[in-house]
Amino acid sequence: MKVYVGIDLGSTTTKSVVLDERGELLGRGITNSRSNYDVACQIARSEALLDARFRLFQRGFDDCGAAPELAAALLERLRREFRRTQHLRLLAELEAICRVHAEHLGAGRSGPVVVALDEIFAALGLEADRLFRGTARPRSDFFRDIAGATYASEAERIARRGAVDHDTLLGVYDKSILQLEGKPSESLLEDQLLRAFELAGEGSDLAPATRARIEREVRRTIELPLVEAQVVGTGYGRARLPFARECIRSEILCHGLGAHATFPGTRTVLDIGGQDTKAIQVDERGLVTAFQMNDRCAAGCGRYLGYIADEMGLGLHELGPLALCGKRPVRINSTCTVFAGAELRDRLAMGHRREDILAGLHRAIMLRAMSLLARSGGVRREFTFTGGVANNAAAVAALRALVRENYGIEEINISPGSIFTGALGAALFALRAEHGEDATAHAENQTCGARA
Amino acid sequence: MLRQKDMIAEHFRELARAKESGRKVVYTFVPGNLTELLLAFDCLPVHPEINALQSGMRKLSGEYIAEAERHGHSEDVCTYVKCDIGMLLKGNIGPTGEKLPEPDLLLLSYTGCFTFMKWFELLRERYKCPVAMLHVPYQADGTLEPSMIEYVVEQLRRELIPKLEQITGKRYDEGRLAGFLAASARAEEDLVWVLESAKHRPSPIDAYFGGVYYIGPLFTAFRGTQAAIEYYRELREEVAERMRRGLGPVTPEGELEDERFRLVVEGPPNWTHFREFWKMFYDERAVVVASTYTKVGGTYDRGFRHDPNRPLETLAEYCLGCYTNLNLPSRVEMIARYVKEYAADGFLVNSVKSCNSFSAGQLPMLRRIEELTGVPGAFIETDLVDPRYFSAANVKNRLESYFQMLAQRAPAARAEALAP
Repeated sequence: MKVYVGIDLGSTTTKSVVLDERGELLGRGITNSRSNYDVACQIARSEALLDARFRLFQRGFDDCGAAPELAAALLERLRREFRRTQHLRLLAELEAICRVHAEHLGAGRSGPVVVALDEIFAALGLEADRLFRGTARPRSDFFRDIAGATYASEAERIARRGAVDHDTLLGVYDKSILQLEGKPSESLLEDQLLRAFELAGEGSDLAPATRARIEREVRRTIELPLVEAQVVGTGYGRARLPFARECIRSEILCHGLGAHATFPGTRTVLDIGGQDTKAIQVDERGLVTAFQMNDRCAAGCGRYLGYIADEMGLGLHELGPLALCGKRPVRINSTCTVFAGAELRDRLAMGHRREDILAGLHRAIMLRAMSLLARSGGVRREFTFTGGVANNAAAVAALRALVRENYGIEEINISPGSIFTGALGAALFALRAEHGEDATAHAENQTCGARA
Repeated sequence: MLRQKDMIAEHFRELARAKESGRKVVYTFVPGNLTELLLAFDCLPVHPEINALQSGMRKLSGEYIAEAERHGHSEDVCTYVKCDIGMLLKGNIGPTGEKLPEPDLLLLSYTGCFTFMKWFELLRERYKCPVAMLHVPYQADGTLEPSMIEYVVEQLRRELIPKLEQITGKRYDEGRLAGFLAASARAEEDLVWVLESAKHRPSPIDAYFGGVYYIGPLFTAFRGTQAAIEYYRELREEVAERMRRGLGPVTPEGELEDERFRLVVEGPPNWTHFREFWKMFYDERAVVVASTYTKVGGTYDRGFRHDPNRPLETLAEYCLGCYTNLNLPSRVEMIARYVKEYAADGFLVNSVKSCNSFSAGQLPMLRRIEELTGVPGAFIETDLVDPRYFSAANVKNRLESYFQMLAQRAPAARAEALAP
């Protein structure tokens, strides 16, 4: 079957969206952009294609007459089993790389670092089962984050015993994860999917006949070739994509079109990504009429939050919820990320509560965004907020308050998949390229898919 | 281009010989320059901001700016100033490699840039030489009143001319001045013709990147000279020939064929990455058909010509009419008119980071021009000669987005035009 792929090569994450011929959403993939854009692009794309297969499984299951809740449960198990096998495969590769580095540190295979690795990877293996088979949920979508957190805490525990130094162990991880991320995946997806299906099917309550039908459907879907009829790239690293010039679109246009496809009433879009803040005005067809982006300085973007999280020893996802607990936001004046870090430490030293400081920081970010919005022509109804920062509830709350104060607008459109907006726009451009027509006509039909 | 290079080289040779030849050296700025008057006294002008932009193009400005900052000038100060001060501190070697002579006079014709005044204060301290200040009233209401002209003429008569007489030991000769002014008008006529050739489709010139070269002689030391007359005659012939043959502009990347976008640009180019910046337009097949930067040294396309019959009045009118001396509505009107007359697809504001006096108000200008023309504008921020403020990836990103937006708009705009 023909599919249309959009890839958004961002500074922090790389996203991919796959659409079918009717422009309906089939799959989405995301990975961290790392230092190797080519690999990031390849991974995001294969993740999206994989996600597309799951969506096709679901369509197939519906046709097999399985009870919806049983089919849904099976699909969920299939997804988690597959994630688990993928995770275990990556762990095995990571372990092999780590061991090579550890052996170079001296004492060969019996060295203290190698011994410590045995213990760390045993813990990582157990964690994988807990995360993908138990009720626990991974804190992040990225292998790097999930494995990194456990590795670090295990390393710290082992280092306390004194046989091996904490920094040495972390150094091994840092080197190894970079190497792993730079390496394209080699294993066969089909085999992994089938294996996951076998495991997922164990203990299923489906009737044998239904199960057989489903198994045939799974095999058929796995074998179904997904032909990438058109691929369009966007985002900061788009120049790195090995695409023809006409297959590269500016992220401004992609975000405009993606936001319009998700919420057709959109007139103003604010996108806050890793290092860019974009304020975009679109017309009723999703065509960009004006835009502004941050110049020269990326304070107030996603990376800023990452830096602040590091400064406070928190995970990026923990910032928003904590900031929401702030009762009296502390005013943060610095527009520079590094100075804001210093100001934050200063406020902490003065005895302000962490949550109040964080609430102030979120407001500071949004004040910068408001200035950009004003420059682009203000906020018009409907107003859509996209990009990774739209997932941060405190950022949204601060934005909501400021938009209300300044423009009297209450509602902000935010899609759960807002981080994929640029990639969705790119995929729509891919569809347009194939049909040689205006993407905006298609955009009118996209709303359901994109909102998933 | 080659002719212009020769002209410049000759000028700097003259400057290097100034002390021996006994010619007096006057430092002055491009907007509101009084070249014909200086020529009438056999003075040689030096334009510090031109030296700064030349340093920028030759990749020396970063070093000069760093030198000025080592001497206490802040990061936020106009980078032309710092580049010039840095060049001075490093031996005052001009763009052709010859040492620049020290000034006998600092002539400040004040046409809208407050920093120019402070710049000369700094130079005065260094050179301990006389300063003449010509105060040109700002066109705050967008009109040029007779009283303003009288005010400037009075200053010319009472202060500047006596000062030049004193420094050079020569008598003011109005007949001689009129001769230079008549020569200016001839060259100005041809420059306007060249700039307006961009109304043709495809445009035979780029009126911003290429325009910088076209305005060169007339905006600097050569207005009123025979060399300028010849330069502009030749340029006009060349451009006329390109137009006749339906050729696009010449660029460093080669001839720009199949013009895709026609743009109007406000603000000076970035000099440190001039070629790279130009290439971003070239790659998109974008031609700049009109620019305001080519009017900072005179708004000749609005009909002004130096008039030999009213020598001092015409110099006063010239100073008053420079683009830098115009108020915001006049600038808006000019750009909006360019968008229409040159059938532009869009317009771009290149805002200068270190120039507060000129950048202030550019965003409201952009909005107003959009309203007046219905054409979308773009806004980028770079700098004159500080290489640290040119972020190529960001600028390219903005420009690409803008051009794609224009391309996306084009079919829609056509459909709207066709709608009953």
